[in-house]
Amino acid sequence: MIVVRRKPIDEILKMVGRHTRVMLVGCNTCAAVSLAGGQKEVDTLIELLSLAASRKGFSVEFSDAILERQCEPEFIEKLDSQGYDAILSLGCGAGVATLAGDNDKPVYPALDTLFIGSAQGFASWQAECSACGSCVLGETCGICPTTRCAKGILNGPCGGVKDGTCELGDRPCAWVEIYDRLESLGRIDDFGKTMPAKDNSISARCCEWDMTKEGDDS
Amino acid sequence: MNLHDALSSGTFAVTSEVGPPKGTDVSEMLASAEILRGRVHALNVTDNQAAVMRLCTLAACIHLKNAGHDAVYQVTCRDRNRLAMQSDLLGAASFGITNVLALTGDHIVVGDHPAAKSVFDYESVQLLETIVDLKGGRDAAGNELHGVPDFTIGAVVTPDAKPFRPQLAKFEKKVRAGATYFQTQAVYDPESFTSFSAYARGLGVKILAGVVVLRSAGMARFMNKNIPGIEVPQALIDQLEASNDPVQTGIEITARFIEQVRSECDGVHVMAVGAEHLVPRILDAAGL
Ligand code: SF4
Ligand code: SF4
Repeated sequence: MIVVRRKPIDEILKMVGRHTRVMLVGCNTCAAVSLAGGQKEVDTLIELLSLAASRKGFSVEFSDAILERQCEPEFIEKLDSQGYDAILSLGCGAGVATLAGDNDKPVYPALDTLFIGSAQGFASWQAECSACGSCVLGETCGICPTTRCAKGILNGPCGGVKDGTCELGDRPCAWVEIYDRLESLGRIDDFGKTMPAKDNSISARCCEWDMTKEGDDS
Repeated sequence: MNLHDALSSGTFAVTSEVGPPKGTDVSEMLASAEILRGRVHALNVTDNQAAVMRLCTLAACIHLKNAGHDAVYQVTCRDRNRLAMQSDLLGAASFGITNVLALTGDHIVVGDHPAAKSVFDYESVQLLETIVDLKGGRDAAGNELHGVPDFTIGAVVTPDAKPFRPQLAKFEKKVRAGATYFQTQAVYDPESFTSFSAYARGLGVKILAGVVVLRSAGMARFMNKNIPGIEVPQALIDQLEASNDPVQTGIEITARFIEQVRSECDGVHVMAVGAEHLVPRILDAAGL
């Protein structure tokens, strides 16, 4: 899923404070699961913004809507924003962009989009993928070196690993984990294979993916 | 004798390092180099060490070269992509700077410009392969070079890394990638170092033992706690604690270590870490 985090209230208020009627639009897919864009979070944000706005002497009216998925045109067709002068999206960047492209009103992001990640228990997520366009998880037993190694190293731990912890101190060293997993799967010989540097032209040229325009290579 | 000749003739190699200045005044760097003239085979020039922005390594190497020193051009992958690294390497070789040490580099966020974009287009293993390509007359994309650099290719290894086996496997990749000599992270235990060194030399590469002189028990404890891959044995910390002149004791510890490992490795790399003036005393004490 796409993992998101709400921006600080002051930053949001700077964007929407000058409007008079603002519609907050949640997203019931990743952003809701990420505990930042569901109905509950929309309601909470309205309370926080109303309070902050009145403190600053702004007179803004906030109301709410929820879309099943903000990143698909067929879902956002249902949104009726008549009478509002701005939209505050509680979706990921793709949600904000889709809403903005479909609307003649300004659309603002209430969230920061962090990463593609997995849930790690309640209210905790881990980055798993950076959408590089050339996946190497097959070589690394499902642990992404591009994402989970702080330096995106493809060939084993740097000298910064300390007792299995990354030199940044905020995560286990991805390469120690990859080593251990390769070993437990009886694949340790694979560790010795040198991985070439990523072909960055793949992601550089990946501005869209239209299956209907591509030839069938199956 | 320069580093290349020392390594190829089997002479015990001695290297140290200087850090380029923050600014354009290279006088202090050249003064640090001057006190080591004739004492070391080459001087490493660090590359925005610890991700702190400084005068560029290549320019510093040229200053050293002009002053008659043999320089080791340290190249990290943090700040430059594969185009920039290759063009700088060719630039270095065009000035006759042919000792290169390939490193991945510390992360940007630990330095003085934490908001900068870190590059890491390559890491050390891929950089080594590309240096070998350049030496073979082609760039990383396979294009032919007009004028081919002749590099002496070095890399680094941490013999006391925890856990060790992934580090060892990475070291073996660097050997296969084409590094011919290695500088180690600071080592203090002669037994564990020599067992690593024996294994490494068996793979056909030269090993320079990394030494950092301990100036106090506090410094030793600090390094154990904060610097990855450094293991100062408790007995040494006790010696420093009991000493009336810990700097002198630290120099004696370093000299004794060098004597103990001398026959089991190919040289020593003395890291000054802010005490360049002590390096000649260490070399004196070690009889180098
Ligand atoms: S290798 Fe690329 S595609 Fe695969 S998980 Fe990592 S970032 Fe995502
Ligand atoms: S310590 Fe491990 S995870 Fe951190 S940068 Fe080095 S190799 Fe990557």
